[in-house]
Amino acid sequence: MIAISVAEDDALWAAFADPTRRRVLEALLEKGEATTTTLAEGLPITRQAVAKHLVVLNRVGLVAGQRRGREVRYAVQPERLDDAADSMARVAAQWDGRLTRIKRLAESLQVDTHGDS
Amino acid sequence: MAAEPIEREILIEAPAEVVWGVITQPEHISRWFSDEAALEQRAGTDGALTWRPGGRGGSGSGLVVPIRVVEVEPPRRFSFRWGHPEGTGPSEHNSALVEFILTDEAHGTRLRVIESGIEAVTHDEDGRARYREEHEQGWERHLGEMLEYVAASARGEAH
Repeated sequence: MIAISVAEDDALWAAFADPTRRRVLEALLEKGEATTTTLAEGLPITRQAVAKHLVVLNRVGLVAGQRRGREVRYAVQPERLDDAADSMARVAAQWDGRLTRIKRLAESLQVDTHGDS
Repeated sequence: MAAEPIEREILIEAPAEVVWGVITQPEHISRWFSDEAALEQRAGTDGALTWRPGGRGGSGSGLVVPIRVVEVEPPRRFSFRWGHPEGTGPSEHNSALVEFILTDEAHGTRLRVIESGIEAVTHDEDGRARYREEHEQGWERHLGEMLEYVAASARGEAH
């Protein structure tokens, strides 16, 4: 079952397309909740760059920000992350299936070439 | 700019030459992948993977997926591009790259597969539809064939 629309799926892939953006997402996952400033402290990029990536991640719903006084605290939206993971997992599961079949075929051919099977 | 490539691997108790045959020869490809495969073991050549309507892939209207062979280094590396719209040449912007890498192990061969550039495939409406369909068919086929194999092994049949 494909739970998300094609357009949404596209936007998700695109959001993941940047390695730095994935690092921002990972850092946010580790921290649980963070501001642009605290996120930038643990990453080799500027606060402005972090803010830019957060905008993209926010647009596809992977993170959400909540205003607390003067600062905005961001957190990963786990459901959305699951959607993205599912999408990757579907492709991975498919290769697992194919590899398993390749293994069985190659091993059965191997038995054949060595006589009785 | 690329999404994380998908990497999977498996240890096979057979020599690399045997595994190579299974992943590159049409008569073997039809046992683990598409119903039919037309391809040459020559870099730069175009081929096609065909899923027949109502074939082992289960439901669906049938599917022809063009591929272009990228690398042929028997029995070590084989790669192709797919997902590009029919009638167009594949590039890194409109297709995904599938690489098979074989390495020798003490008791067989380690087979690694890397699929990269999936985000390029999902951008094209046609390619995306095809990709999706193949995707879902593969899933069904996987389950069905796993059961078949398990049953066959239980009966003591190699294949």
